[in-house]
Amino acid sequence: MEKRHKILILDDDADWLALCRDLLAELPSKPEVLTANTAKRALALLETEPIRLLISDLKMPRIDGLQMLAIVRRQFPDVRTIVLSGLEDEGYRSRAYALGVDLFWLKTEMQRNSKLFNECLESLLGRDDEAGFRGLQSKSLMDIIQMECLSRGSTVLRITRGPLVAKLWMWEGELIDAEVDGARGEAAFLRLIGWKSGTFENLPAEPNRERTIHKPVNALLLETAQTMDEAANPVGAESIESASHRQTMWKLSQLTREGAEFVIVVPTAGPGEPEALGTQHSAELAQWTRRAAEIARRLGDRLEAGPLLHVAGQNLERQVLMLPRGDRAFLVGWPTEITENVPEKSRKLVASWDS
Amino acid sequence: MGFLKNMFGGRHGAVQQLPTGTITVDRHGHIVTSTVSSAFPKNLLRDIARDVLELFREARAAQMPLAEVSLHYGSLNITARELRGGAIIFLFPQTALLPKPNYSRL
Repeated sequence: MEKRHKILILDDDADWLALCRDLLAELPSKPEVLTANTAKRALALLETEPIRLLISDLKMPRIDGLQMLAIVRRQFPDVRTIVLSGLEDEGYRSRAYALGVDLFWLKTEMQRNSKLFNECLESLLGRDDEAGFRGLQSKSLMDIIQMECLSRGSTVLRITRGPLVAKLWMWEGELIDAEVDGARGEAAFLRLIGWKSGTFENLPAEPNRERTIHKPVNALLLETAQTMDEAANPVGAESIESASHRQTMWKLSQLTREGAEFVIVVPTAGPGEPEALGTQHSAELAQWTRRAAEIARRLGDRLEAGPLLHVAGQNLERQVLMLPRGDRAFLVGWPTEITENVPEKSRKLVASWDS
Repeated sequence: MGFLKNMFGGRHGAVQQLPTGTITVDRHGHIVTSTVSSAFPKNLLRDIARDVLELFREARAAQMPLAEVSLHYGSLNITARELRGGAIIFLFPQTALLPKPNYSRL
């Protein structure tokens, strides 16, 4: 059976929602159309449903469309976004595109050019299997870097993937430095090139940036492609073992670098073994993580309090943070000395761990 | 007039108001004191108390006794401090118009 995509429409006007629902249900791909009249409700649906496309209004009470899009861009980077607004103001259009929105349409234009609008929707819905960076659909990061080098340009590429931010410094067609999540140089480039999707933007060149990468970019890309090929197609049991060992070592180094004590990953839907690093009490902690996720979700549903962001706990020795992520829950343990924005640090650690 | 009541008097879906205030609960989950509006359903307050105590209990069972637990939702924060088996629970709705509470740590 052909997969039906889910579209979520967010607008505070109930009549408009009903109209849109009827119009979109007629699309050739027959998408499933969900509606929400508040940002809170939309976020709850994004959390629980595999939404492919969000169509949002801009002018809404409490959380407006731009705030909502910023949240979606950060928390659900794979969701395509369309702004459908009645505000005929170029300022809003450019702000929406700056947030990485895929399409900006005026409500009046949608009614006038409904055929064109439907074609755009179908085109966005059809791109689900293709990895690509926003702004240049279906181009990998390697393609983007090669294009920049061929143009012999100087720029700083800022690449964002959820809470992770990376930068690549190019000077006259040469890659001179890379930085991602604390790592620099070739190591950072190697990590970054594995990203399959995200958003990117060009920032002004920084000629005084210290050079840490001395290899030509093509040699570096070739090496990276080789490493990725080997990781994707390991030959023999030894290679699989060594790849798994490398992965564990990398995760441990991440943990140490961030200053966390341990991380536990627990599948919350169905059976599955927890994965733990940095603790000997993995079974007990995994059990608490699973229960905490279950209790918090149940309570949130009953109170209609919106999506569960995290559960934090602390005692005199340590603090822990449980983050739900799809059908898994992560528990990150931190020493009590770390006081600065622990949720954000945990989110970054989990995102880099997952990538 | 009964006719109009029949037409328009049906039940409508209502939006649940989020609780604001503080409650203290004993080790059995009974609410001892509360500053939450009396319009907020009592059974939901009891659910909050029960689930919070369960989180503390499960943490003790996992060899990780916790002194404080906070649950962060899109529109509500619940922070609870353990009090000799019971707890004091702070409920803060999160809206764009309200200033965020200043947590000591998390």
